[in-house]
Amino acid sequence: MSSLWQGEVVANTAVGPDIYHLRLRTALPGPRPGQFVHLRCGSSWDPLLRRPLSIHDYNPARQELELLYQVVGRGTAWLAGRRPGDFLDGLGPLGRGFTLPPGPRVALVAGGLGIAPLFFLARVAAAGGYQVTLYVGARSRDGLLRLETLQGLAVEVQRATDDGSAGFAGPVTSLLARHLEYKQYDGIFACGPRAMLAEVAKLAGQRGIPAEVSLEERMACGLGACRGCVVALYGEDGSIAYENVCSAGPVFPAEKIVW
Amino acid sequence: MVKPRMEVELAGLRLQNPVMPASGTFGFGEEYEGYLDLNSLGAIVTKSVTLEPTPGNPPPRVAETPAGLLNSIGLQNPGLEVFLREKMPFLRQLRPPVIVNIAGRTLEEYVELARRLDGVDGVAALEVNISCPNVKEGGLAFGSSPEQAARLIRAVRRVTTLPIIAKLSPNVTDVVAVAKGVEAAGADAVSLINTLQGMAVDLERRRPVLGNISGGLSGPAVKPVALYCVWRVAREVMIPVIGMGGIMTATDALEFLLAGARAVAVGTANLVNPRAMAEIIAGLEAYLLQHNIEDVNQIIGALEV
Ligand SMILES: Cc1cc2nc3c(=O)[nH]c(=O)nc-3n(C[C@H](O)[C@H](O)[C@H](O)COP(=O)(O)OP(=O)(O)OC[C@H]3O[C@@H](n4cnc5c(N)ncnc54)[C@H](O)[C@@H]3O)c2cc1C
Ligand SMILES: Cc1cc2nc3c(=O)[nH]c(=O)nc-3n(C[C@H](O)[C@H](O)[C@H](O)COP(=O)(O)O)c2cc1C
Repeated sequence: MSSLWQGEVVANTAVGPDIYHLRLRTALPGPRPGQFVHLRCGSSWDPLLRRPLSIHDYNPARQELELLYQVVGRGTAWLAGRRPGDFLDGLGPLGRGFTLPPGPRVALVAGGLGIAPLFFLARVAAAGGYQVTLYVGARSRDGLLRLETLQGLAVEVQRATDDGSAGFAGPVTSLLARHLEYKQYDGIFACGPRAMLAEVAKLAGQRGIPAEVSLEERMACGLGACRGCVVALYGEDGSIAYENVCSAGPVFPAEKIVW
Repeated sequence: MVKPRMEVELAGLRLQNPVMPASGTFGFGEEYEGYLDLNSLGAIVTKSVTLEPTPGNPPPRVAETPAGLLNSIGLQNPGLEVFLREKMPFLRQLRPPVIVNIAGRTLEEYVELARRLDGVDGVAALEVNISCPNVKEGGLAFGSSPEQAARLIRAVRRVTTLPIIAKLSPNVTDVVAVAKGVEAAGADAVSLINTLQGMAVDLERRRPVLGNISGGLSGPAVKPVALYCVWRVAREVMIPVIGMGGIMTATDALEFLLAGARAVAVGTANLVNPRAMAEIIAGLEAYLLQHNIEDVNQIIGALEV
């Protein structure tokens, strides 16, 4: 059952340009990769709404939740000001996460902050015996986040930067496309900018590889009640309907999305 | 000290306390089950139900404003048939009275909705939404003139024995005139306010933030407007008023009760804090205890001017 909690800040450190890694002590009931938490980012009614952040990792033994976020506005700026010992008002885990395929070879494709949920997925998949390749794309090398933490795990990391400062020079989807010429995957999982996700969906679709993507929309309740955060999806019969990102997603089968 | 009496009577319904959700912010109840005891609420109010399934407006549908929320959901709901089949079984086993909020594109649709809900087991009252700013047809069109509003409520009155609550918009020249119109037409209560029309601009993209261009404003930002509407209407009509608009805390709720609301509805607060109504009910009780007020009815309309 989803829950409402107060989590104590253990650490909140800058790990990139305007990007922070937040560790919170809170007991979450079995969070799964792709799920998110919904945080109050202020102590008044302004800003009013909670902010959704993907679960970056969770350690049940230490009861420690990790988040990775970029400061883009008032809420995340407030969050960046929290110090160890502060308490945060959170809701979750919420939403539907990723579903690993029966086959063992999975490709994870992260664009920018899209690494946030895929890091958790990479760790869980590797621990579950999957052969994990993690494709990470960023504008330049300082946007490739927290990859050192994956060392020691059975995860193959493929880097791409727009400016060529690390790894493949170009979009991460171009790197993926090249690899798909000769590599086989049983599932592809992606999170990042919408245009990137659409490209991943196309590449996967062309090769008949099942793909799941994590979507973002402006969100209010996070519980499926207000219908504020919808995206257009194809139904079974090809009709189009609006579904909640918060409760039907944020992870959706790529082929269901009306791009 | 004995527990204060929290019960209020409203449009023939006995509410165990004066706190209920505002339509559209509480889904069909089940979404909040894990967060508060639904049986502790004064009543349950559903999302607006339309005759046919309503797909709703294109996203983005929500935009945050200073201490406020703009929404342009566009009444997305599965329609009456699915509501009756899939949502009512859950709702009817709850203790609080279930108020079904209805919305139509035409007068005929409102009438048909009311006719088909009359006598449905577990439906305690109808809230008639004549104030939605986010639909092209119906909604606010019926709520913006006293004559139109009265005509619609009269037509609904003819086909149902259920208590009728007319939900009013603040986007009118004279909300008191509309309230008097629906009272004369047979409404048993009025609820107000629905959201205020507004918009938000994305400077970067030079576009409106909302896919629907405009939306309805709610939350703390609208509270003073809502309080004033409630106060004015409560003085001028005999039927009870359900007050809403920016109620986040027990203090807010108490202000509405003082201003003359017989009950209050909590909307946007549910989206921020799913336990908001439980906390508001507890806060009301604590206030009454602290001030040696035995019965919540003693503060309703007790504002001194
Ligand atoms: C399910 C989900 C998971 C997410 N996970 C993460 C994560 O792990 N790490 C992370 O850094 N971010 C994540 N986000 C995005 C994050 O929620 C927003 O960046 C955050 O809410 C912005 O809050 P703010 O107050 O700082 O910015 P605001 O002041 O609210 O907005 C700043 C700017 O961002 C725009 N904006 C805000 N929210 C959105 C949105 N949802 N879609 C498009 N534009 C928007 C605004 O228009 C504005 O230009 C996630 C979003 C969703 C829906
Ligand atoms: C997301 C959202 C959806 C709403 N949907 C409806 C609706 O379907 N029918 C209706 O009568 N009012 C609807 N409303 C209006 C609320 O019921 C309420 O009148 C208004 O939001 C003011 O109260 P608040 O400030 O406490 O939210 C909606 C409001 C919000 C924020």
